[in-house]
Amino acid sequence: MGMQGFLDIFDIYLLEAVINGILLGGVLALLALGLNLIFGVIDVTWICYAELVMIGMYAMYFIVQVYGLSYFVAAPFTILLVAVLGAALHYLVIAPLLTAPPINQLLATGGVLFVLQSFATVAFGIDFRNLGIRLPVLAFGDMNFSYARLLSFLAALVGMVAVYLFMTRTFTGTAIRAISQDRQIMALMGVDTRRIYLITSALGGALAGLAACLLVLQYDVHPFVGLSFGPITFLICVLGGLGNFIGGFIAAFVFAEIISLGGLFSDLEWGYVLAFAFFIVMMFIRPAGLLARRR
Amino acid sequence: MMGQGRVAAWGIGLAALIALPFVYREPYHLHILVLILIWSFAYTSWSMMGRFGLVSLGHGGFMGIGAYVTALLWNHLGLSPWIGIPISMAAAGALALIVGYPCFRFRITGHYFVLVTLALSGIVLQVITATRDYTGGSLGYTPNRTSGNKLLALQFDDKTTWYLIALGVWLFGIVIWHWVDRSMARYALEAISEDEDAAAAAGVDVTAEKLKITLLSALMTALAGALYCQYQMFITPDTVSGIAVSLQMVFAAIVGGLFVSLGPTFGAIITILLAETLRIGFGTKAVGWDNLVYGVLLVLFIIFLPKGILGSLLDRLKPQRKVPRAHEQEAVQAARPGT
Repeated sequence: MGMQGFLDIFDIYLLEAVINGILLGGVLALLALGLNLIFGVIDVTWICYAELVMIGMYAMYFIVQVYGLSYFVAAPFTILLVAVLGAALHYLVIAPLLTAPPINQLLATGGVLFVLQSFATVAFGIDFRNLGIRLPVLAFGDMNFSYARLLSFLAALVGMVAVYLFMTRTFTGTAIRAISQDRQIMALMGVDTRRIYLITSALGGALAGLAACLLVLQYDVHPFVGLSFGPITFLICVLGGLGNFIGGFIAAFVFAEIISLGGLFSDLEWGYVLAFAFFIVMMFIRPAGLLARRR
Repeated sequence: MMGQGRVAAWGIGLAALIALPFVYREPYHLHILVLILIWSFAYTSWSMMGRFGLVSLGHGGFMGIGAYVTALLWNHLGLSPWIGIPISMAAAGALALIVGYPCFRFRITGHYFVLVTLALSGIVLQVITATRDYTGGSLGYTPNRTSGNKLLALQFDDKTTWYLIALGVWLFGIVIWHWVDRSMARYALEAISEDEDAAAAAGVDVTAEKLKITLLSALMTALAGALYCQYQMFITPDTVSGIAVSLQMVFAAIVGGLFVSLGPTFGAIITILLAETLRIGFGTKAVGWDNLVYGVLLVLFIIFLPKGILGSLLDRLKPQRKVPRAHEQEAVQAARPGT
């Protein structure tokens, strides 16, 4: 094989990695959207967000593998379950702390992270489990793409569009956006902030549930699976500007490309390390976030 | 200044602690005491930053670097821990400066700071797992047993030696805590934690002050990690690094009390005794139960008792001690919802 042949193959691998990065970016953007929504409206960071996804992945595993229902029946149940969990998290942990220093709220969700992880360990053990669904690999020219990734990407896009429509076309969505702009004044306008907070938390939970349905197609579930994509989600949100939906969306794809291209040359873990290094460099260049438009 | 009575109490307490292993030699109890002392030192290191509102979840990363760098240098290069520990501390310090400088220079505070440091400890865990050819990955790592000089290798078989080492290091941590408590840096950092802009306007070099305390805290945490590794002679990424270890530090410091010197120590006593009790109570089924109880307690403490057990007790004992500082007042108000 000559030099030209080598370059051709290299280019195809590169293109494959770039496209895989875009596909990965969809799910990361979905995760970032949920976290940004909670932060933008309630001014709270759920550091147990990835653990909610983990619980959703277990729900999918049990409904599909143990109870033998179809994937498409299991998905709505899982989304609903995690939405309820999100609302419960707000009602039980965040609501009593709304007037406390913000750092206390954040640390309390750290306690919830412990609870969810160890609950999963106690209840399900530390074995790796998967759905047992093997989706075909899509061949496109010389490139191979996992069908699961493509499906996840499309579903994540649909989920994000649905949230966008909900936020812009419904009264509740408009109230949520209004509250994210001014927390005090909306209560005077007759909007029940407590109700809006609960709905937002449920919506954030539902997005985590959707992410769970998609991630479980690609990854095995175990009690600590949240740790493998939680930190990267936080970096995305900080780089995009916490609460900034569009910034988070762009940052998700930037990070996904770094992880995917970094993984091309070595293990996936090194892709994460590269992403973190990139993040530190970006903090020097654009400290106020990618779009530099903090609230 | 400390009163005569307090000096006497510290003196008697210390004398009793030093004398303890010579009169009481039950190995299991001494083992628990050594663990409590090492973790107390780690928690005290965390609280050096935490008490000034610099909530870092990156300390799991610093501890992991302290443990792994020391062990790797010993196994692969044959470098004595006496040299390896300072190198590992320098590595953790350098990382703290690299991450801390942009954070402080560009005013990344609150949520942003917590999330950045959280990612830091996640990344250190990923690196340790990724370099599994050297570090053994998630299966853990064991420093080679020495056949030569035990002192040079910092490996001792008897618990009494380790108890005295851990006691010395713990005391060193408490002394540093008091040293910071009485320094000008404390006033600067308290001013920063109340209002960064006002502090800067009053002539406080915000970035430099924050970097100094972060560096000190990271160096101490790395030392704690290295000591833990030398004592246990077995480390895994999950026991010395990562988000779980960082949260464990936050939890213990908050349970014990952030604003008093012995608070983190008190937190270590409570958490380790709790974990051991659960481990003995549940036997082999204990995996996960201790953290489940930790998590629930952490949430309850933050909601109902954010000043910690020791902090609240001291407040109760001396109600008119002094006017609480503003950030403590906030915490006090949070402790009594509805007022």
